[in-house]
Amino acid sequence: MTILAIERLSIAFGGVRAVDNVSVSIDEGLVFSIIGPNGAGKTTLFNLISGLYVPQDGRVRMRGEDVTGLPPEQLARRGLSRTFQNLQIFFRMTALENVMVGCHRHETVGIFPSLLHLPAVGRQNARTRAAAAGALDRVDLSAAADKPAGNLSFGDLKRLEIARALATEPKVLLLDEPAAGCNAVETGELAGIVRGIADDGITVVLVEHDMRLVMRISDRIHVLANGRTLAEGTAAQVRADPAVIEAYLGVHGSQEAARAVG
Amino acid sequence: MLRHTADRIPAVLRRPFVQRLSAIAVIAVIAIVIPAFFPSTYYYRVAALVFVFAIAAIGLNLLMGFAGQVSLGHAGFMGIGAYAVAIGPTHFNIPSWLSFLIGAALSAFVAFIVGRPILRLKGHYLAVATLGFGLLLAIVFVNEARLTGGPDGMLVPRPVLFGWSVRGTETWYWIAAISFVFGAALAANLIDSPTGRALRAIHDSEVAARVLGVDVAKQKLVIFIISAVYASVAGSYLAAFNGHITPDVSGFLRSIELVAMVVLGGIGSIAGSLVGAALLVMLPQVLTFLHDYEQMVLGLVVMGVMIFLRAGIVPSIAAALSRRRA
Ligand SMILES: Nc1ncnc2c1ncn2[C@@H]1O[C@H](COP(=O)(O)OP(=O)(O)OP(=O)(O)O)[C@@H](O)[C@H]1O
Ligand SMILES: [Mg+2]
Repeated sequence: MTILAIERLSIAFGGVRAVDNVSVSIDEGLVFSIIGPNGAGKTTLFNLISGLYVPQDGRVRMRGEDVTGLPPEQLARRGLSRTFQNLQIFFRMTALENVMVGCHRHETVGIFPSLLHLPAVGRQNARTRAAAAGALDRVDLSAAADKPAGNLSFGDLKRLEIARALATEPKVLLLDEPAAGCNAVETGELAGIVRGIADDGITVVLVEHDMRLVMRISDRIHVLANGRTLAEGTAAQVRADPAVIEAYLGVHGSQEAARAVG
Repeated sequence: MLRHTADRIPAVLRRPFVQRLSAIAVIAVIAIVIPAFFPSTYYYRVAALVFVFAIAAIGLNLLMGFAGQVSLGHAGFMGIGAYAVAIGPTHFNIPSWLSFLIGAALSAFVAFIVGRPILRLKGHYLAVATLGFGLLLAIVFVNEARLTGGPDGMLVPRPVLFGWSVRGTETWYWIAAISFVFGAALAANLIDSPTGRALRAIHDSEVAARVLGVDVAKQKLVIFIISAVYASVAGSYLAAFNGHITPDVSGFLRSIELVAMVVLGGIGSIAGSLVGAALLVMLPQVLTFLHDYEQMVLGLVVMGVMIFLRAGIVPSIAAALSRRRA
C-alpha cells in the first residue's frame, strides 16, 4: 500500500529548479532510498515533503490524504518525522532530553498543571523519560543519555537525531545522510538500525551518498539529478542503469563508478 | 566521572522534586533569615524592591533564557499592572486585590493580542517590535491623563485586604519575598514539564522542534503571556509599595533594566534573576557616595560582569565551582 505519494512536485529558487516535476510513490514498510549527485535536490525534496518548504507545483499525499502545504508540526502529528543533513540538535539539552522533545506530540499535560507540577506532570515526565530511553537504546546511544548533546561526536549526533525522530512514533521517517561522517563500523551498525526500523513497520526514506549502504539496505531506489527523476528501481536495476552511472560521476568516472557500485 | 559525582549526592537530593526546588528553598531560607541582619527599615525597603524586580526578571527570563525570545518592551506590562492597582481603586472603586487580578488578566490579554504578530519576528526584528510596543504603552500612560495623571503620575491607594490595610515596609518585604519564592517555584515547575522542554528546544532549533511536532508559534505565545503576567504582578506590587507611580514604570529604561537583570544574573537561571535584580537595585544605592560618577561606575560594573562572567553571574560561578570539584 502506498503510504507517501509525491505528485509532480516542483520548486525553484531564483533560476534554479531545485526539484522539477518529481513524482515518487512509496510503499509502506520499505526502505526507500533517494540518491543523486550533490545538488540533485534530495534535501530540497525532504524539505518539501516535511512542510519546511511549500511547493510551487504538485501535491504530497500521506495515505491518500492531501497534505501539501501543511506545516511541519501538523505533518508530525500525522506520522511524518525526519533528520537533518546539517544537524539540528538541541545543544543545550542532554541527549535524553533531546529525545524527550521527540515525545512532545504524545504528551498531554496542560500549562496550568505544569506550573503547579500536579502529580500528572510527574507521571507524564516519567513516561516520556522511559519512552525516550527506549528510543536512545534503539540507536545504541544509552550510554550517552545524560551527556550534554554538545559533547557528542558527529556520528553520535546523527544517531541522536534518529532516536529523536523515532520518539515521535512516525509512520514515515525521512533520513538525510545518516551515515555522513561515520566510519565503516558505525555505518555497519547504522545499516542494522535502519533495517530494524523498517522491520518494525516504519517506512524509511533514505537519502545517502554511501552507495554500499544504499545498495545493501534499500528495497527500492529513486535517482535524482538536477532536480529531475533519472531512474527508479531495485538496487540491481539502478546499479545497471548507464544513465545513473553517468550522472553520478560523469562519463569519465563511469568505469570507477561501476567498480565502486558493483 | 559524572556518574561518580552523582553517587556521592545523597539519595534524597537526587529526587527530581528536590533537585527542581532546592535552589528556591535556599533562597526562601535566606529571605527568612536575612531580615535579622537589617539595621533599619531602609534595608527592608531595598530588599523588597529586589524581590519585586526579581519577579519581573524571572518572567522575562522564561521568555529570553528558556524560549530564546527577546523583549525590549516588558516594562510595558509592569506599567499595566502598576496602573491597574492605581486606577481601579481610584476611579472605579474596584478593590486593590481585584484590580491586581484585572491588571494581570489585562496583561495576559494584551500579550495574547500583541504576541501573535510580533513573535513571528526573529532576533533584531523582534527586539525592535517589542521596543515599539513598550514605547506605545508608555505614551498611552502619559496621554490618558484623565485616568493616569499624565506625566506627573498618580497616587496609588493603600491596598485593603479583608479589612486589613496593607502598610509598612516590613509587610511589603514579606509579601514580595513570598511572592518571589512562589513565582520562582512556578517557573521551575514549568521548566521541568513538556512545555519547558519544548521551549528549550525552540531556543536551540525551531526547525527541529517543529519537525518533532512542537507548535512553535503557540509555545512562544504561551510563554510570552506568562512572562507578561509576571511583569504585571511586579508592576502592581511596585506601585502599591511606593504609593505613587509615573509613566516611567513602563519606560524604555525600565525595560532595558529588566533585560540587564536577566542577562547579568544569568540567562536561563532562576536564581540568576534574583542576583541580577539585586545587583541593579542595590548597586545604585551603594554607589550614591560617588555622586556624579554613580552612573559611570554602574556602567563599568555591568560591562565588567559581562566581560568576565559571560554566561552571567550565577551560571559562571556554578560552572567554576563544578570545575573545581571535578
Ligand atoms: N533555500 C534555498 N535557496 C536557494 N537555493 C537552494 C535552496 N535550497 C536548495 N537550493 C539549491 O537547490 C539545489 C538542490 O539542493 P539540495 O540541497 O536539495 O541538494 P542535495 O541533493 O541535497 O545535495 P547534497 O547531496 O549536496 O546534500 C542546489 O542547487 C541548491 O543550491
Ligand atoms: Mg542534501
